[in-house]
Amino acid sequence: MSRTDAQRQVMSVPATVVPGDRRPVSIRRPTVVIEPTSGWSALNLRELWTYRDLLFILAGRDVKLRYKQTGLGVTWVILQPLVAALIFTIMFGRFAKLPSDGHPYILFVFTGIVAWNYFAAVLQRAGNSLIGDSRLITKVYFPRLAIPLASTFSAMIDLAVSLGVLLVLMLVYGVPLTWRLLALPFFVGLTALTATGVSLWLSALNVRYRDFTHAMPFLIQVWMFASPVVYATTIVPQRWRLAYSLNPAVAFIEGFRWSVLGSSSVTWSMVVITSLVALVVFIGGAFFFRRVERGFADSV
Amino acid sequence: MSDLAISVEGLAKSYLIARALGRQPYRTLQEEVVALPKTLWKRARGRADSMEIFWALDDVSFEVNQGEVVGIVGRNGAGKSTLLKLMSRITQPTRGRAEIYGRIGALLEVGTGFHAELTGRENIFLSGAILGMRKAEIARQFDAIVSFAEVEQFIDTPIKRYSSGMYTRLAFAVAAHLEPEILLVDEVLAVGDAAFQKKCLGKMEDVAGEGRTVFFVSHNTQAIRQLCSRCILLEHGRLVADGGTDSTMTVYNQRLRDMRVDAETGVNNPENRRGSGAVRFTAVSVEDLSGAERYTFEMGDTVRFRLSCTVNAPLRGLAVVVAFRSGISREIVTSARHVITTEVVEPGTSTTVIIDLPDIYIRPGEYPLYLQVSEAIQSPKNYDVLDDLTPPLVIISGSRRLHENFDPTRPYGVFSLPSRMAIEDSASLATPEESPVVIHKRPQILR
Repeated sequence: MSRTDAQRQVMSVPATVVPGDRRPVSIRRPTVVIEPTSGWSALNLRELWTYRDLLFILAGRDVKLRYKQTGLGVTWVILQPLVAALIFTIMFGRFAKLPSDGHPYILFVFTGIVAWNYFAAVLQRAGNSLIGDSRLITKVYFPRLAIPLASTFSAMIDLAVSLGVLLVLMLVYGVPLTWRLLALPFFVGLTALTATGVSLWLSALNVRYRDFTHAMPFLIQVWMFASPVVYATTIVPQRWRLAYSLNPAVAFIEGFRWSVLGSSSVTWSMVVITSLVALVVFIGGAFFFRRVERGFADSV
Repeated sequence: MSDLAISVEGLAKSYLIARALGRQPYRTLQEEVVALPKTLWKRARGRADSMEIFWALDDVSFEVNQGEVVGIVGRNGAGKSTLLKLMSRITQPTRGRAEIYGRIGALLEVGTGFHAELTGRENIFLSGAILGMRKAEIARQFDAIVSFAEVEQFIDTPIKRYSSGMYTRLAFAVAAHLEPEILLVDEVLAVGDAAFQKKCLGKMEDVAGEGRTVFFVSHNTQAIRQLCSRCILLEHGRLVADGGTDSTMTVYNQRLRDMRVDAETGVNNPENRRGSGAVRFTAVSVEDLSGAERYTFEMGDTVRFRLSCTVNAPLRGLAVVVAFRSGISREIVTSARHVITTEVVEPGTSTTVIIDLPDIYIRPGEYPLYLQVSEAIQSPKNYDVLDDLTPPLVIISGSRRLHENFDPTRPYGVFSLPSRMAIEDSASLATPEESPVVIHKRPQILR
């Protein structure tokens, strides 16, 4: 403690040089102090900002790797949600006759799939990202947050392609383009926030418990059916709605529908609740990640 | 009085090691859930899991000034790499504190972050960013990196199609253009061919010459002698010597000598030894012709090995091998095998042999020794090996002129073999005095 005090003194009065102090005059304060930390520590956003180039280069790497050596390339990104939407339309729209809030079922389900696929892609990629980049973690220092965060950005390329397909579908089905579309970036942001929050938990847990890799696809699948992707929130009984909205995926999926299709069955109170849950998950995830990241290099 | 670059105070790092089961550092959730009642029970009774604390680094303190080139030496597991990992913030200390003044760059392997599917260009940006360079910085240095690596034509080819030489050159080129104020380097020189290693050494000399602070961890004591003015010796995680390279190296070699083969010391630790145990070295020493033990010889001296061994199981004959490793690449550069006997050797037999290597033509440097005793027929398990467990052989140039074209100042290669030249057509040649050949102070590496 006294040491830092002395240091501060030197800094405030640069003219007086303490005898025997050989710290560089230009930088009396160390560039880096290395000492054990314990408990919870705050996010170092400034440091993350200095590494922003790395964040985007890592995201760019993921995108490039995804499209290298794929025969159909970007076609997969278009085809996959379309085929899924088609199957869901036949299964749930035709046979099971799930309600779709009065919209054409295929459009209804495709909107849900676009939002959900982005969310699931971030979870999947970020969840395994620390293990995949374990060589980096043990050989070089950078804010470890950059690794799972890169997935948040790299998955946006696929999202952009899917949104293009969605726009075509909207034109085909004659859905009017309204001012509500302007809210879409907000809901994309909310999706990214929720996905990042969850993926921080998953990626960190995955380092500690290696069987999370196997649990993840299962978790994502269960979560999808617990979210209003193939059905409208209206099928959830009224008295369960508030409990249902504790699922943070509800807000962004219904948000997507609201801004694309022009109406949705969710109420504002539900959006507020799920957004709050998403925020709590995100902040909790960030702190949890920070807490366990100091051990990554030793256990990955 | 120069400025401080690094100040380390009581730095320590411990790891938990599972005592009983060779448990992984990570657990599966399943294990955790199954073990939960047991863990809670133990915790309730105030007993921890059967974990052992291992101090990889223990209470290490030192200060380094700006512009100093400091070597860190020590045997495997002495804590050298742990120290670098702590200073580069890859892992956190358990105790203690370090202050770093200036931008720090760590080079703990060649090709950090390289991805085989990406092109050379993409990898330069990727690896550069991972090592801590800004994108603009990499773009500015891009041409220099590419020409240093000599991969101009292949820059847009995925590096999985690169030869291993191209790969290593590109990887090192990126790292070499990182411009930190403090550079941490770990054993990077252990990869690549000899020419590449010399190139790396040359680059590091340049970096040191520019007044930047360099921390260099290596087993390669020769490279340490060449680069570093100061040297720190670690042993079992503790700092045991810190001073001029020569004095630290003397302590280091003394410590190594103390560990040489005899009945009580650690070399008899089975973990250091290979083979079935059917035959074991009991004593080895390196001597000059007068019988005095020493490890430093001049070129042209005779090196004498005195090797004693005991046979513990019937063997079909007995043979010994004396080999030198390269101090840089650690490859075996020369070896001598002698068959002691081809007859059956009974258990309980002990023998001592003397092997002389007269007039050693090996160039100055440090040569780790590889000593082996084995069954005379090829045997997969009946042998004993002392691989770099003795002090290394140190060859110095001395005053002797070994042969006509002998030049002790030219440190190329491993041997200085006699050679002859004859000029077939001397008419068009200038006299040697007007020779246009430029002699560089540090010989340039030919690629």
